[in-house]
Amino acid sequence: MSVSAEGLAEPAEVDESRQTYVPPKHWVNGLLSQHMGTAVICGFLGYILGHWLGNYIASGYPYIANSGQNSVANLLALMFMVIGWLGGIGALNYPLAKIIGREPSNETYYTGWTRYFRFNLDHKVVGIQYVFAVFTFFFTGGLLAMAIRTELLNPTTHVFSADTYIKIVSEHGTIMMMMASSVVVGPLGNYFVPLMIGARRMAYPRIEAFSLWTFAAGYFVIFSALPYGGFPTGWTGYAPLQTQAGPGMISYLFGFALIGIGMILAGFNLGVTIINYRAPGMTWSRVPVFVWSIAATAALLTLASPVLFAAGLFGILDKTVQTSFYVTEHGGSSYLWENLFWFFGHPEVYIMALPGFGIVGEIIPVFTRKPLFAYRVAAAGMIGVALLSFFVWQHHLFDSGIDPDMRPLFMLTTELISIPTGFIFLVGMGTLYRARIRFEVPMMFCMAVYFNFLIGGVSGVFLSDTPVDVTVHGGFFVLSHFHYTIMGGLIFAFFAGLYFWLPKMTGKQMNKKLGVYHFWTMFVFFNLTFFPMFFIGLLGQPRRVFTYAKNLQTLNDFSSVSAFLLGASFLIFVANIVWSQFISPQKSPDNPWDSLGLEWQTATPIPPYNFERIPVIMSDPYHYSEVDAPVVADFGTEEQAPIPVHSSSGASLDESDQ
Amino acid sequence: MAPENSSDNQPNHFRRIVYIWIVLSIVGDLLFWFLVGPHVPPGRMTTTATADQFDFNILAVIGLPVIIGVWEWLGYAVFNWSSKRKGHPESVGGVAAAGNKRAEVSWIVVTSVVVLFLAVFGTISLIAGQGSGAGEGPNPIWQPSGATQAETAAINGGGTWAPNKNQVLPVQVIAQQWKFTYRYPTFGGFESSYLILPNDTNIAFNVTSLDVIHSFWAYQLEVKADANPMENNVAFTKTQQLGSFEVRCSELCGIWHGAMFNSGNVVSQAAFEAWATKTEAANAQNTKYLPPFAWTYVPDANGASGGFYPDGTVTPYSPVESYGAKQSS
Repeated sequence: MSVSAEGLAEPAEVDESRQTYVPPKHWVNGLLSQHMGTAVICGFLGYILGHWLGNYIASGYPYIANSGQNSVANLLALMFMVIGWLGGIGALNYPLAKIIGREPSNETYYTGWTRYFRFNLDHKVVGIQYVFAVFTFFFTGGLLAMAIRTELLNPTTHVFSADTYIKIVSEHGTIMMMMASSVVVGPLGNYFVPLMIGARRMAYPRIEAFSLWTFAAGYFVIFSALPYGGFPTGWTGYAPLQTQAGPGMISYLFGFALIGIGMILAGFNLGVTIINYRAPGMTWSRVPVFVWSIAATAALLTLASPVLFAAGLFGILDKTVQTSFYVTEHGGSSYLWENLFWFFGHPEVYIMALPGFGIVGEIIPVFTRKPLFAYRVAAAGMIGVALLSFFVWQHHLFDSGIDPDMRPLFMLTTELISIPTGFIFLVGMGTLYRARIRFEVPMMFCMAVYFNFLIGGVSGVFLSDTPVDVTVHGGFFVLSHFHYTIMGGLIFAFFAGLYFWLPKMTGKQMNKKLGVYHFWTMFVFFNLTFFPMFFIGLLGQPRRVFTYAKNLQTLNDFSSVSAFLLGASFLIFVANIVWSQFISPQKSPDNPWDSLGLEWQTATPIPPYNFERIPVIMSDPYHYSEVDAPVVADFGTEEQAPIPVHSSSGASLDESDQ
Repeated sequence: MAPENSSDNQPNHFRRIVYIWIVLSIVGDLLFWFLVGPHVPPGRMTTTATADQFDFNILAVIGLPVIIGVWEWLGYAVFNWSSKRKGHPESVGGVAAAGNKRAEVSWIVVTSVVVLFLAVFGTISLIAGQGSGAGEGPNPIWQPSGATQAETAAINGGGTWAPNKNQVLPVQVIAQQWKFTYRYPTFGGFESSYLILPNDTNIAFNVTSLDVIHSFWAYQLEVKADANPMENNVAFTKTQQLGSFEVRCSELCGIWHGAMFNSGNVVSQAAFEAWATKTEAANAQNTKYLPPFAWTYVPDANGASGGFYPDGTVTPYSPVESYGAKQSS
C-alpha cells in the first residue's frame, strides 16, 4: 500500500493487486468467462468424477459390498464437487498459477450486476454475496423449522415418519448453525471492517473471496444430506450414532469440515486486516466496537475451527476406512467426539454472540446521540469473552460421565464468562441513560437484542449450575436458551445491522413502515414461540422428540402457531427488500442516520478503492455532543469535511476547525 | 451517576430507577419464592429433586432482579428518554457521558460477587447432594455412605439388600436403541422393563449402553446420566416419597429417540422387597445362565456381554481378551 509519511495515498484507478475493472465487451464474453454457471457445471462434473472414482476404488471392499452403501464414493463425490465448484468460479486460478511458477496475468474483473455472480476481490462485493448466501441457508433452515413445529402440534398424530422427522431436525440445526457462524462476520464484517478502519482493501482479498465460495459450497454439501437420506444425529453429531448412520452423515461431516475451512480463512483474513491495515492514527483505543468484536471473533474462528476440522476428519475416516476413533468397542472413545466437538462448539457460539454485541455497540450511540458509555469496558468484555470461551466446553458434558472433579471447575469458568458478557449490558444501559433516542428500525432491533439476550443469558446461568443442569440439560429449556441467545441475540442484531447499513451498501433506503411491521411481528412472535419452551423443558420434554406427554400439548401448540407467524414475519422483510431495493428504490443520502462512523464518511455507492485518500484518524467515532471533541478523521480534501459533532437541529453543517 | 448538568431540572433518573427496581425485585422475589418455588419441577420425590429445586429457586431469586433491572431500564429509556424532536435530534451527554468510573467499577464488582457466589453455591450444592443426581462417570467421588461397599458387592457376586437396614441399592440401567431395562444385582441380576424402587433408600444407578449414547433421565427422581457404550456412569439419589415417575431418554439416539421412555414407581420398602424377591424367584431359571452383573456390555458374536460366561472363560471369539475375563471389583 503506497502510503506517504503523512498518511495520504495517491488515488489509483488500478488497485494494488493488479486488477482492472471493466464492463464485459459483449454478454457472450461475459457468459464464456468464469461465473456461478461454470461453477455449477464444474461442480457437477466433479461430483460425477468423484463418485465414479469412489466406486472404482472401494466397491470391492467387503464391508461396502455387503452394506450396499459406498461411503467412500459419497465422500469423494462431495469433495470433487467442491473442488470443481471452486475451480469453476475461478478461486483456484491464482494459487494454481503460483504453484506452477507462472506469474498470474493481470486479472480482469467485470463491473455491472454480473460481478455478484463471480469471484470478485472487492470486499464490498463479497459482503453482498455473503448476504445472499446467508439468507439461502437461513430460509432453508427456517422452512425445516416450520416442518418441525408442524410435527409437534400433536403428540399422537404424526405428519412425518419418525425417520424423516429426526432428519429434518438434524438438518435444521446444522444448516442454522452453519449459517449463524458467518451471518455477521461474512456480510457485515467483510463489508465494513476495511471501511471502519480506513483501509482500501482487506489484507487477503483472495482468501476472503475463497471463504465465501467455500461457504456457498457448504450449502450444497449439507443440502446433499437430504437426498442421501439425511442424518439422524442432530447438529451435535454424537458418535457412535454417527458411525451407525447412513451416507447422509458424510454430508454432515464433510460439510462441517468445509465450513470450518471457510471459517478459519475468514477469521485469519479479518484478524490480519484489523491488526495491520488500520489507517494512520487509528490506535486500539479508537477502533470502533464493531471492529473489536470482529477482531475477537476472528481469534476464535482461527483457533477453534481447526478442532472442528479434525473432529470431522476422524468421523469421516471412521465411516469410510473403518478406523475407530469414536468406536469404543474397538479401542476408540465416544467421548473423543464429544470433547473435540464441544471444544470447537463452545467458542463457536461465542463466534455467534460477539459480532451481535459489536453491532449493538455500534448502532446505539448513533440513535441515542450520546457517546458510547465505557468504551474500554466494551472492548475488555469482548476480549474476556473470547478468552474464557475456550475454558468452558465441558459444561455441555456435565451429565456425560466426565471426571466429576472437572465439574466444579467448569461450573466456575462458565459462571465467570457471564461477567464479560454483562459488560455489554453495562455499555448499552449506560449509553441509553438520559439519551435522546430515535426509534428507527435499527434501534428497535438493538433494544430487542438486549431484551432477548438478557433472557438467553440468564437462562444460561441456570444451565451452568450443575445441579439445576440435571433438570434442564437435554430438554426444551436448553433449546430455548440457545434460540434466545443465537436468534434473539445474533439474528436480531444482524437485522439491526442490515437495516442500519443497507443504505450505505446499496444506496437505497429501506421502507420504514415495512421495517417497523417486520420488527414488531418478528419480536412478538419470536418471544411467543420460545418463551413457553422454557416451561416445556422444565416439565420434562426432551429435545428432538416427535412425541411428548399429552398435558404439554397446549404449550407446544402455542409455540407452534407462534412459530408459523414468526416464519411469516420474514416475508415482510423479503417484501421490504424486494420493494425498496429492486422495484421502487428511493435513493438514500450518504449518511441517513447522521453517524460519526468512518464508513459513513464515504460517497454512495462506495468506489472500489473505498477512500480517495487514506484518512488520518483523530479520534474514535463516538464523541456525540462533546463540544471540543476532535473530528473523527482528516481526509485531507475540502469536499469531505467531517461532520461536526455539536450541530443542533436545523443548523446547517459548517466546516469545523481543525 | 450524578446528573451531568446541575442546572437542568430533570429528576434524578438513576435514583428513581433504583427505587422502583428495589421494590419490584423484592415483590417479585417474594412472589416467586412463596407462590412458584414450591411447585418448581421436578418436585420433591427424592433428595436430589428437593435440593435441585431449592438450587433453582435460589438462582431464580437472584436472576429475577437482574431481569427486572434491565427490562426496567429499557422500558424507562423507551418512555422517558426518546427524542422529542424529529429530524436532527440534539446530541447530549458530553464528555461526562463517555464513562463513569464509579458505575463501571460497581458493576464489575457486583457482577463478579454474584457470579462467584453462584459458582460456590453450585459447587456446595453439587457436593452436598452426592453429585445431585448427575452421572459421575465410573469413579464417582461424591456418594452416599455405603455406596462403595454395595457396588463392590454387586460386581463380585450380587450382594444383598434388605429393608430397614439403610443399605444402598445398586440398580443397573441398560440403555439400547430404543428401550431402557433395569437389572437388580442384589436380587440375582434379573432384568425388568419397569423401574421399581424402594422408598427412603439411597439408589446407585449404574448406567450403560449397548450401542449408541443415550441418556437416562428419571424426571421426578432428578437423575440424569448419559449412557455410553462400554462405560459405566454412576449417579445417586435417595427416594423420599411414594409415587410414579417417568423415565425419558434425553440424548438423541436415533429414529425412535422420542419414543424411548418408560415409567417406574417408588413403593414402600416392604412392597419393593416382596416384588423383587418374587421376580427373582420367577426368573431364577434364566438368571442362572446369565452372567452376573457386569458394568458394561459389549455385544459380539457370543452375546450381549461379549463372551462373558459364568465361569469366566475367555472365548476364542471375543475381540479383546479382557472382555471375557472375570471383572475385578
